[in-house]
Amino acid sequence: MSGVRPADFPPPFSNAEAIGAPTDSPDERIDVGILIVGAGPGGLACAIRLGQLLEEHPETRELLGDVPVAVLEKGKQPGSHLLSGAVMNPRAIRRLFAGRMRIEDMPTYGPVHGEAVYLLTKGAALRIPPPPPMMNHGNWIVSLSELGRFLAEHAEAGGATILPETAGEKLLLEHGRVVGVRTGDKGRGRNGEPLGNFEPGVDVTARVTVLAEGTAGHLTTAAIDHFGLQGRNPQVWALGVKEVWKVPKPLHRIVHTMGWPLRKRARYREFGGSFVYPMGEEHVSLGFVVGLEYADVELSAHDLLQEFKTHRLMRKILAGGERVAWGAKTITEGGFHSLPSRLNAPGLMLVGESAGLVNVPRLKGVHYAIESGRLAAEAAFAALQRGEVAGRRGALDRYDDALRASYVWKELEEVRNMRQAFDKGFFLGGALASGMIVTKGKLPPFELETHPNRATALLRTGRASQYPAPDGALSFDKLSSVFASGNRTRDDQPSHIRIRSEVPRELAEMWHWMCPAQVYEVGAADGDGTVQVKVTPSNCVQCGAISAKGGRLTPPEGGSGPEYTVT
Amino acid sequence: MSTLVYLESHEGELTRGGLGLLGKAASLGGDVAGVVLGSGVRDAAATAGAFGASAVYVVDDEALAAPLPQPRVDALEAVVAESGAENLLFPASVLAADVAAGLAARLDAGLNWDLTDLRLDGGELVGVRPALGDTVLVEVGWTTTPRLALIRSGTFDPVESGGSADVKDVAASFQDFSIQARLVDHLQEESSGPSIEDADVIVAGGRGLGSPEGFSYAEELAAALGGAVAATRAVVDAGWYPYSAQVGQTGKTVSPKLYIALGISGAIQHKVGMQGAGTIVAVNKDPNAPIFDFADLGVVGDLTQIAPKLTELLRARG
Amino acid sequence: MAPVRGAKRRRLADLHAVSSADETLCALARVPRVKIAVCVKQVPDATVHKRLDPSTNRLDRSGEGTLNATDVNAVEEALRVKDAHGGDVVVVSLGPEKAMESLRKALAMGADRAVLVSDPGAAGSDLLATSYALAKALEREAADLVLFGQQSSDADGAVLWAAVADRLRRPMVSQVAELTVEGDSLKGKRQTEFGYDVISAPLPAVVAVSDAINEPRYPSLRGIMGAKSKPQEVVALSDVGVEEDRVGDSGSRTTVRSLAPPPPKSGQVRIEDDGSAAEKIVEYLAEKRLI
Repeated sequence: MSGVRPADFPPPFSNAEAIGAPTDSPDERIDVGILIVGAGPGGLACAIRLGQLLEEHPETRELLGDVPVAVLEKGKQPGSHLLSGAVMNPRAIRRLFAGRMRIEDMPTYGPVHGEAVYLLTKGAALRIPPPPPMMNHGNWIVSLSELGRFLAEHAEAGGATILPETAGEKLLLEHGRVVGVRTGDKGRGRNGEPLGNFEPGVDVTARVTVLAEGTAGHLTTAAIDHFGLQGRNPQVWALGVKEVWKVPKPLHRIVHTMGWPLRKRARYREFGGSFVYPMGEEHVSLGFVVGLEYADVELSAHDLLQEFKTHRLMRKILAGGERVAWGAKTITEGGFHSLPSRLNAPGLMLVGESAGLVNVPRLKGVHYAIESGRLAAEAAFAALQRGEVAGRRGALDRYDDALRASYVWKELEEVRNMRQAFDKGFFLGGALASGMIVTKGKLPPFELETHPNRATALLRTGRASQYPAPDGALSFDKLSSVFASGNRTRDDQPSHIRIRSEVPRELAEMWHWMCPAQVYEVGAADGDGTVQVKVTPSNCVQCGAISAKGGRLTPPEGGSGPEYTVT
Repeated sequence: MSTLVYLESHEGELTRGGLGLLGKAASLGGDVAGVVLGSGVRDAAATAGAFGASAVYVVDDEALAAPLPQPRVDALEAVVAESGAENLLFPASVLAADVAAGLAARLDAGLNWDLTDLRLDGGELVGVRPALGDTVLVEVGWTTTPRLALIRSGTFDPVESGGSADVKDVAASFQDFSIQARLVDHLQEESSGPSIEDADVIVAGGRGLGSPEGFSYAEELAAALGGAVAATRAVVDAGWYPYSAQVGQTGKTVSPKLYIALGISGAIQHKVGMQGAGTIVAVNKDPNAPIFDFADLGVVGDLTQIAPKLTELLRARG
Repeated sequence: MAPVRGAKRRRLADLHAVSSADETLCALARVPRVKIAVCVKQVPDATVHKRLDPSTNRLDRSGEGTLNATDVNAVEEALRVKDAHGGDVVVVSLGPEKAMESLRKALAMGADRAVLVSDPGAAGSDLLATSYALAKALEREAADLVLFGQQSSDADGAVLWAAVADRLRRPMVSQVAELTVEGDSLKGKRQTEFGYDVISAPLPAVVAVSDAINEPRYPSLRGIMGAKSKPQEVVALSDVGVEEDRVGDSGSRTTVRSLAPPPPKSGQVRIEDDGSAAEKIVEYLAEKRLI
């Protein structure tokens, strides 16, 4: 037991780097009405709702100039960086498009027709009744990446300007209020030197800025720090790795599993499970999720997924099939007590997963993103009306009020302790969780603590020896998986990953196993017990795990990273 | 069936690609003729008879002195009319590709390119070409005559069968627009060896070379083979070799006749940049390296021993 | 509602004002302005699953698309000529309606107009038919300089420029790694297997550029925003004077008969070095006549 804690080796990064005054002269800045960072379900719902409101109120649109609504997206196009299971509660998207479109006309894989939950051991699958929060009747199966493209089309049709391949690098502040975002530079070489086609970033100013960055949001993290918005508990994450397979035999129900290959003992801190969802008649989406508080140096979410596929249950589902996509992304898991104390600051609102709005026991977050995006739009709109000044302190409090009055808040509060219960191990945690379900959150009568993921002391069990060797048919290595994500990031650019370059061996190894994209490798030993960390940033699929476990992900050059299409 | 083979000449000699096509055309049956275009090329044209042509059409004109495509389209139009050929085969080159496409437009004829084989299927000419990075083979055909085909370079080797060909002179007239482009100068690149995109032989180095100094193994072997040196993303990232030599998904795509991979694991990011190579030889000390899945000759061993020995032996061969 | 203090609101109209001042300057200086047309193509994204559509045996283009890589070099070269001489850059393409998204990237880089010939009748056109339709569309544009990108990532459009140049009856230079426009003529450094040929040709001319010619610029944020409002025309074949029987299956002279996986690599050889590996390699290469 090494006892090394990632938290003791913090990365060379300060949130202050990501927030500051505009640096462009006023002539060089680009002014827009409302600026949204992130073309995911939250950001696009905000853009769509704003489009609806501005169409009904042209006098307000007049005030916002030539570009009333702009959405920055760091991926190649909306959807490129979106990845989820996903089974979506349709409530929020129906509300967003009420009177204009039915969910049947949206790109989905249909409503859930049946579900099964299994407790796995290495050789068996014990069917258990779905715990009530996991019951999915009335929910719809979607590919979040496809949904993102669909929402983007509608946002543009409603007048929003989407700016792909554009990273939000710095939050702009003037007189204590957020006035926009500086975009990232393009065309720098490995050592930061400007190349022949160097294109500097630009200060984009706006009346209201909405951060919808999703998990491990770069600007969101800086904003929460700067404005002192930390919640009661630190935020924590899980890492999910998923694949899409083309299969000859259709799957007709959604499947969730718990147990194997994760271990139940509390000291390993392994919480998670899998999902297997049909995508129409010819494809399935499957993934493995594990909380990042785990302790084992050799735990690898990617390899857990490969191991999971060797189970009898999965071999049957995937027989005769072939993998057509792969991806990885973290999931924000802290729940209610990790939410920021307020989700707005002068000139700023936080929506969706980057605000922490994810219901972990229900595995749902897409509809919270959409609903919070919609509410943020309404708050922004109200703040632009006569008699109000959008940047005034408190002008956007109406967003927090609306969110607290909504079902989003109520549902999150109900399950506020459920995830933390599993810190106690599978059985005790399960018992606590059941208690919460039965009493709708009234029990237990105390609030459970959460520790940051990076605070877990590392231990070794030789876990890696059980991962299957990649055979290229059922199980795959990381590099070919990175290729399958569509990642072809330009190599000759500065590294976007901040980590200590010399760390104890266990820490470097933990990062090596943790990262699904094989970004980190153990380098040369330095003779004093530490090793160099070798980083290959162009492999990175920007899942965010490094930010949870001792490093700091920042956005690379716009357009870098995976090019998801069906995840 | 009659076939005309476009024979390119360079510095007084017919190039190998065209001569190899003569043999292939002969194997398909019917009359086989060559066509040589240029200025002062009659002597070179006569040598085509030894490689399978029964006749050689020649257009010898000052307008064809420079290696430019458009006057050749005019000249070929005249030769096609005179010869009545049904098939026109071109060995791929920078010049031939432009000539073939221009001629296709001129004659309203079908052109299939990048072919690696030709065969007859029930009397019909069928071409075969790889697609999607050489992962699929496509069979292509023509719906009218003449049928124009561009064959991937190096596909067919010349076969000296002996014999002689009738040399037939053809007069051609040139369109005004065809002779507007003029050769003003010729520059030879001052480089030590071919660039990796053009090289017939590439020796590529990966992390198995051990250090930047390890690239000397690759360079010396490449020099002995008259080839170019390439590198994987990993070693370029590490600063061992310049980015201009990087082969792979985020570097260059190459398809040399011979690709020798020293100390390269063969991850797919690298593979997609070189999988079209004719022959792949891999040297790696890890028997489980993925490169062995697709190398034609896989050598498990220490490249620091094997590469210098190989270089020595090749130099001795001269 | 006051604008954010200190920030002058840069209106997009300001961008247009700049270019008309530029026009006036050129007219005054009698600098010849060059009208450039760039032929571009949308190809499927270079993600793993580029597929051939089993029903048509042609490339499955149903996925998202992006501009063919060397076409971006061609757009960049056109913009450089425009930067140096003033003029107009129009991007022209033949494809389905959604190809307009990719043309917008060229507009975001700085091209002035986009023309997309989109017509179901053109589906299944081979090189010959495509070159005919493109040539007609280009005649309509009456450009001084027509640019192509030399290589197509899906290898469907290789050597298109030579066919187009013949139909337009214009001088053509391909494999250009360096281009200079001087007055009413151009000079191109053409890369061949034997070194570089320097070719000169009078305008109007057709030029195909290689990816060695330049490093394309990133579209600026203003460029991306302004692209939306630049003229984008979708025209049918009849609009450009293309007869139905000159395109599609009837206008094509080649066919795709079938697809097959390549034969498995036969004769893979594996050896373990026992000290004689180098000799064995030489033997192997000699047998294959590679040395």
